[in-house]
Amino acid sequence: MEKKYYKSLEELRIAPDEFQNGEMLGDKKSLLLMEQELKQSTGPNRRDFLKLFGFTVASAAVAASCEQPVRKAIPFLIQPEEVTPGKANYYASTFYDGNDYCSILVKVRDGRPIKIEGNTLSAVTGGGTSARTQASVLDLYDNARYREPLNQGQETSWEQIDAEIMNKLGEISGRGGRIVLLSPTLISPSTKAAVDLFKNRYPGTELVQYDTTSASAILKANELSFGKAFIPAYHFDKADVIIGFDADFLGTWLSPVEFTKQYVSKRKLHEGNKAMSRHIHFESGMSLTGSNADKRIVIKPSQQKAYVAQLLLALSGSAAENPEIIKIAEELSTAKGRSLVVSNSQDAETQLMINAINELLGNYGNTLLTDVHLKVRQADDAAMTKLTEEMAQGAVDGIILYDVNPSYDFPDREKWVAGLEKTSLKITFNSVKSETSETANYVCPDHHYLESWNDFEVKTGHYSLAQPAIRHIFNTRQAQESLLKWAGSEKDFRTFIQEYWQQNIYQTDLTGFVSFWNKCVHDGVYVSEKKETPVPALDISAASAIASTNSVIVADDSYQLDLYYNVSVGSGKHANNPWLQELPDPVTKICWDNYAAISQKLADEMGLEDESLITINKLGPFPVVIQPGQESRTVSVALGYGREKGGKSAVGVGVNAYPLMGFAHGSRQLQTIGASIEKVNGKFRLARTQTHHSMEGRQIVRETTLAAYLDNPKSGNEIRDEIKKHLKTIYPKKEYAGLHWGMAIDLNSCIGCNACIVACSAENNVPVVGKEQVLMAREMHWIRIDRYYTGDPENPELIRQPVMCQHCDNAPCENVCPVAATTHSDEGINQMAYNRCIGTRYCNNNCPYKVRRFNFFDYTNADALPGNLYDTEEMTVDLRKLVLNPDVTTRAKGVIEKCSFCIQRIQDKKLKAKIENRPLADGEVITACAQACPSQAIVFGNLNDKESKVSLMFADERNYHVLEELHVLPSVGYLTKVKNTNV
Amino acid sequence: MYVSPIREPLIKGNKDYSQVTRDIMAPMAGKPSKYWYMGMALAGAAALMGAWASYETVFNGIGTWGLNKTIGWAWDITNFVWWVGIGHAGTFISAILLLFRQKWRTSINRSAEAMTLIAIACAGFFPLIHMGRLLLGFFIFPYPNTRDLWVNFNSPLLWDVFAITTYFLVSLVFWYVGLIPDIGTVRDKAKNKIRKAIYGFLSFGWTGSARHWSRHETISLVLAGLAAPLVLSVHTIVSFDFATSVIPGWHTTIFPPYFVSGAIFSGFAMVLTLLIVARKALNLEDYITINHIESMNKIIILTGSIVGIAYLTEFFIAWYSGVEYEQYAFFNRAFGPYAWAYWIMMTCNVITPQLFWFKKIRTSLIATFIISIFVNIGMWFERFVIVVTSLHRDYLPSSWSMYKPTLVEVGLYIGTLGLFFTLFLLFIRVFPVIAIAEVKSVLKSSGEHQKHAHHE
Repeated sequence: MEKKYYKSLEELRIAPDEFQNGEMLGDKKSLLLMEQELKQSTGPNRRDFLKLFGFTVASAAVAASCEQPVRKAIPFLIQPEEVTPGKANYYASTFYDGNDYCSILVKVRDGRPIKIEGNTLSAVTGGGTSARTQASVLDLYDNARYREPLNQGQETSWEQIDAEIMNKLGEISGRGGRIVLLSPTLISPSTKAAVDLFKNRYPGTELVQYDTTSASAILKANELSFGKAFIPAYHFDKADVIIGFDADFLGTWLSPVEFTKQYVSKRKLHEGNKAMSRHIHFESGMSLTGSNADKRIVIKPSQQKAYVAQLLLALSGSAAENPEIIKIAEELSTAKGRSLVVSNSQDAETQLMINAINELLGNYGNTLLTDVHLKVRQADDAAMTKLTEEMAQGAVDGIILYDVNPSYDFPDREKWVAGLEKTSLKITFNSVKSETSETANYVCPDHHYLESWNDFEVKTGHYSLAQPAIRHIFNTRQAQESLLKWAGSEKDFRTFIQEYWQQNIYQTDLTGFVSFWNKCVHDGVYVSEKKETPVPALDISAASAIASTNSVIVADDSYQLDLYYNVSVGSGKHANNPWLQELPDPVTKICWDNYAAISQKLADEMGLEDESLITINKLGPFPVVIQPGQESRTVSVALGYGREKGGKSAVGVGVNAYPLMGFAHGSRQLQTIGASIEKVNGKFRLARTQTHHSMEGRQIVRETTLAAYLDNPKSGNEIRDEIKKHLKTIYPKKEYAGLHWGMAIDLNSCIGCNACIVACSAENNVPVVGKEQVLMAREMHWIRIDRYYTGDPENPELIRQPVMCQHCDNAPCENVCPVAATTHSDEGINQMAYNRCIGTRYCNNNCPYKVRRFNFFDYTNADALPGNLYDTEEMTVDLRKLVLNPDVTTRAKGVIEKCSFCIQRIQDKKLKAKIENRPLADGEVITACAQACPSQAIVFGNLNDKESKVSLMFADERNYHVLEELHVLPSVGYLTKVKNTNV
Repeated sequence: MYVSPIREPLIKGNKDYSQVTRDIMAPMAGKPSKYWYMGMALAGAAALMGAWASYETVFNGIGTWGLNKTIGWAWDITNFVWWVGIGHAGTFISAILLLFRQKWRTSINRSAEAMTLIAIACAGFFPLIHMGRLLLGFFIFPYPNTRDLWVNFNSPLLWDVFAITTYFLVSLVFWYVGLIPDIGTVRDKAKNKIRKAIYGFLSFGWTGSARHWSRHETISLVLAGLAAPLVLSVHTIVSFDFATSVIPGWHTTIFPPYFVSGAIFSGFAMVLTLLIVARKALNLEDYITINHIESMNKIIILTGSIVGIAYLTEFFIAWYSGVEYEQYAFFNRAFGPYAWAYWIMMTCNVITPQLFWFKKIRTSLIATFIISIFVNIGMWFERFVIVVTSLHRDYLPSSWSMYKPTLVEVGLYIGTLGLFFTLFLLFIRVFPVIAIAEVKSVLKSSGEHQKHAHHE
């Protein structure tokens, strides 16, 4: 037991009597005592007990508390180039999903892409993003992705599958059979080259393009007008008068991010700008674009052609009947060459008239360019219909499905599926499980775009590159590489692109190709001087003839159907993205479902109310939403829902409305006339993030008209002076030395596209809560876009306001927290210390803006108690978790969270400035929402710097603070919304 | 010659001291009745439901409740304020009425104080269970720590912590000090060794000597002096939870007096509900007479009227302030989606207590019992109206929402009711429900025998 130590022999043999005389003190004495005790005792003594006890307790504590071993933490043996642990790298890349294009930067932390940012170098999207672009990073970590190549549903190796496929392809091609490569519009020049190689190897191969969101009629009309099927480049930034016919160009039409950027440049009234464009929109359902228009005219889908015809007639000097059209024609005539008329009609005749109108207005060469083409959505709908027919007849022997899902989104899908069954060889490149890919013989999963090399030419001469930001997570292979392989080329696609660029795009210069290539990869974009061949001048006589026979506006009473794509799931391809599913619709504020939007009138007629059920053409049932501003007999339904295969968040959400699509004039029709609508018993609950739609006369969103604004810049905001007079306090005003962060939001620029919401969720690890929780009003978004209706319920105006934490300098939430978990920083930021929060929710109650969010359940798997996870959308599985931003804590159950002004971004830039020994520059810190915004409606910066953009906006007469009268001193300012209504 | 009417005796029946002791200690003797067991079973079952609901809340989270992004408090804080309010009667009766030398309090103060303590325990449960992270609830105490974390003394919730704990501790001490002579009596009457030992320990060596009595009286007075301002301060501070906020309908300067009178109002109602049953069940009708009931009813009229005036004043001020949010909040209370709750509150709190102006009603046991239940319901709804209808529609209409309780929330409330009755039933068996010593002290001056003897 106790060993005995001694310094000398005397010490060892110390006599007991010596001890008793008391001269020995201190250690010696106690040593002696101990020794004596030791001699007397036989068993373990007190010290042993304490030692054992201590060890037991300590080991029990260690064993009990350290239950989470670090798994797979492998240090870098050789540190990869450019990678510094804890520091993010940004790689330029491109998002293109077959419909929408966006040039992006990919934020990569420790090898994981975790965030998408807009690429400011792009001449097309200019740093803007869309909700879908922002959300696409989550698709990389989609649980429904294929992880291995599959042969008849069985996992196999690439060698085996390649051998089998090449054998079969060779066999078909050898006997002169037909092989079809079905893909959405390919805007990648190298991919097209790869397809050509493939075609050479397997003669009889045909490329058929199939766009779910098609612009077939525009192509056809231009073919008739100019002899060439193309989509012109649009310039909303040069248009003073914009007339839209059902074209949701801010949301989903052709190139929404680009158009938003252009459109908003004509709507901003600060920075010395005193003029703004006028936007008139004709539509049947309330769209994102229509809700932003200065004037919105409700028409039936069946009337669009007649309205367009009348406008053409009015402009060409003939008599038009409709007074509104006459007025619009007058407005347009004053803006010749500075106007733009667009339509989403899938009727080539209507598009021909649109062309004629733009020609009459002299818009070609100004707001519409024929020498620069927009290359997206080039598919001819008739080709797909023809293919379906042929396949049904068994005329196709092999089909390669590249990024398409017709078994879900083709209207006549019985026919398609039947045809597919007759096709003996079915190969799919789909990277995610889908209705189509699950029936294929061979699944050769493609990389996610963030794992791929690719190039794009979105507009003539506007090139961009995509580079992998991560090694492919699963045993997948890029589709182009598969094609190349089967074509007999062993080249990887990167080399292939490089060679293609060297031969076709690179123009010899002094620096050489390598530096050109490196610069292109670095920038992500490259613009060449390339122009399309000129087209002949437009002859409007054909259009005029059409106009004169179609100009009668018929008020027919039949039910009409208006299908549309929304800004979240779009065509349905992204349906398994919980961020998008939980994104509230910009108009109805409904998420996790589609629905039939109907007018109040129709509801009254049929005895329907919100959440009643109807069937449309026997399809359904669809839950009903009574939408202010809906055409009285038109039903609007969003496409992209009701997926049957493809992951937890996609399947069973909403109803598939694609079968409702019609086919006429050689195009698939979103709008059909003469639908049958029947009421079905029962109700279906819809999750809505905003349930009260009136502002109750409160001065929350302040607005004015352009004329009133020019007269008095304070117009609409007069009350602010009155409020400021009453702001008194007995406390000294807090001064912020150094930085004082603030945010200014231009309500004129915000179009409500929702990109900021997804960007915020991605940046700040905002949990997805699922439909049930949204139904209980528990969505977690840190930023929301409030929307209110004003005016006539039949055609109301709609105003929006992004609301996040206002970072009040006199914050009511801060003083009520009993544990000081939310405090004010020296830089004016209202902070949350999650670790300190005990969840009394008092701050939430006392927040006048209701921007605080409470973790009602363990949404993130961060709670200390195991087994109480609430995660309906599989957001906490290991794969999905890879998207988490390591700079932001995931919040546990019972904790309040809210917008932090992206404090991690502020810290990052502050550190950088400090290392470089310089002050922070204005605009250096950009919050996630501001970065994502395609219209730059959100400006963030230092209020102490009087020259900063945010300070200038705060000094604008239009600036106001919501609920300023409460003297909470918000750090977020809003610029009044100005509508160009009274021309 | 005018002869002033003789006051009704406070204790009926010609009783001597030993009779009083026997009467009051009767419920503690022998085996409990089957009604007691039935009551216990019922209350225990309710408490068990509360235990289940607590488990659900702590393990799965506050998400098991009906709260949402707009409404952060609902039944939890409603119940909290309701129970705290109920907890006001006991101390009011024993402290304030002691200071005012109201002798009639002697028959009811013991049980009222016991009720207070139990009610405060029930009340205190809600601020705990409503925390999102109960396991870290100790953060709320200002304890020294190496990280220099300190609580926020600006927060009314923190004031609550101190107010409630102080009130609970002072009430507990006051109640226990009052119990000591009686425990001595129980000890002396005990026939069983264990019982004797326990009560002997609890009696702190009480001998009944003059010195003990003198000290007892002094400390009682001192504690009464301490407790009296607490009666006023506790609910004042609870009202600060709302009054210091910025939410229309909460941000109201009238709250402190309004809450205190409301608390006494509801406290008396609960005392009545309990005692009307207890006096019958425990054969204590001679001690808790109709006079006691009537006196309490008078206090109910007074406090009920104050509450009624407060309701009207709030409306007037909302209109007079010219603040649109304030005006809407009150309009919404009376005519919004929760108008039913508001009108239940108005009926139960303002209209029904006014019936006590009729002597027939205020001296009727049945009527009093029914009205006391009404007041309990009305006061619960008052808190519900304040908490929920103010929150559900505040400043920005975009965030307006509705609230519906879940089974878990109902379970927690029922659980506290179960706890309340369980503890009260135990109290009946364990301690004398009436302060024997104090009743004896008024027996001579206000007992029936003495009264008659004096005037004959």
